[in-house]
Amino acid sequence: MGLARRIIPCLDVDRGRVVKGVRFVDIRDAGDPVEIARRYNEQGADEITFLDITASHEGRETTLAVVERMASEVFIPLTVGGGIRELGDIRNLLNAGADKVGINTAAIQRPEFVYEAAERFGSQCIVVAIDAKKASAHGEPLRWEIFTHGGRRATGLDAIEWARRMVALGAGEILLTSMDRDGTRDGFDLVLTRAISEAVSVPVIASGGVGTLQHLVDGVVEGHADAVLAASIFHFGEFTIGEAKAYMAAHGVEVRL
Amino acid sequence: MQRVVVVDYGMGNLHSVAKALGRVAPEVEVVVGGDPALIDDADRVVFPGVGAIRDCMGELTRRGLVAPLRRAADEKPLLAICIGMQALMDSSEENGGTQCLSILPGRVRHFGPDLQGGQGDTLKVPHMGWNGVRQEPHPLWRGIGQDTRFYFVHSYYVEPARREMVAGSCEYGVDFAAALARGNLFAVQFHPEKSHTAGLQLLANFVAWDGRVRECAC
Repeated sequence: MGLARRIIPCLDVDRGRVVKGVRFVDIRDAGDPVEIARRYNEQGADEITFLDITASHEGRETTLAVVERMASEVFIPLTVGGGIRELGDIRNLLNAGADKVGINTAAIQRPEFVYEAAERFGSQCIVVAIDAKKASAHGEPLRWEIFTHGGRRATGLDAIEWARRMVALGAGEILLTSMDRDGTRDGFDLVLTRAISEAVSVPVIASGGVGTLQHLVDGVVEGHADAVLAASIFHFGEFTIGEAKAYMAAHGVEVRL
Repeated sequence: MQRVVVVDYGMGNLHSVAKALGRVAPEVEVVVGGDPALIDDADRVVFPGVGAIRDCMGELTRRGLVAPLRRAADEKPLLAICIGMQALMDSSEENGGTQCLSILPGRVRHFGPDLQGGQGDTLKVPHMGWNGVRQEPHPLWRGIGQDTRFYFVHSYYVEPARREMVAGSCEYGVDFAAALARGNLFAVQFHPEKSHTAGLQLLANFVAWDGRVRECAC
């Protein structure tokens, strides 16, 4: 027996409510992130990732309350990302019960922030989220660039070099989202995923594009991802986490059943 | 009412451990605190922790918790988790070499940069996620199936001086101690408070444990 590949459902949360609708028919309040997390926990999720897209300061207080409630009921690891700017934000989330935090824009604005966060709280709880998009023209050697603002703003940073730099500064894990694939249901960008996974020594979570269970298998087998993250295929009740794991196990991927 | 004290020494998130104990043992008073007298008065003690070992040892010393922890390790059920387990050993390779509590003999080693898996593949460090634990008979495993997976996140592992202390082992490039036991003391590298049903069962077993290791009748 070895380390299992992880399956991680992701929730987008705005002011304490799940957005991008979750459609479980038999759930009391499909907008309540805690209800949904509890459902995924029962289905055998290995972790929960919670992306806070709240813009306002008041909304952030709500987020902390949600994290606290979730951590009191769901005893699996919980990662919270979105809007983390300073060490105080991390401390508040960890104190509320998050196990890991995802840092994205703040790392681009000031890379040393990742170092400071890892020094203070330990690399094990610092996940750097990378949004990458193909930047090479047809026929050129493949190259991906880091984007911000939901894939709208280019930074000029090379994705592979950036991932290596983040790990050197103390990132304990990389959450890699392909902006070309996000929302398409065409599957992960496997070439990108494999390139990043082979470039760094820490675990890589593949994200963006899952539409079928085979995509999850591909992410691990071809993309060499240590964990796979998906949202819509689970939210709309197409597949349960248990079904995803059974499929992966049947295709030779070691999972926690 | 019996009281379980979760030792707070400024090393990370104790919320989850306390909540998980509250969930499995509502009849028990769970107190999170860092006062030496609190540990001395506790019926049982949980010693958790995340972060770096140098900071961990520094905080234990600064807060006067070394002696109370030693006393607890001698006389009442004590459960050490993750960095708490590592801190019980003689020394750790982390932070350029760090002296630890020497409550249990052995050392803490890094997984190393070229950790190889079974198929010659390079393994990622930290060891992060759910891995199976091969159990040796102990009351704290009651109701938990052999080889059940627990949630790990660590870059250093415990290498005990004496093999007979190993209560559970795990394979990740090396065969390392996932759990150690000695008398009233039990230490785990994984996070029971994050290991779903099996983790909660282990915590429930700890709260019910009298601190003795009986001969297994099985």
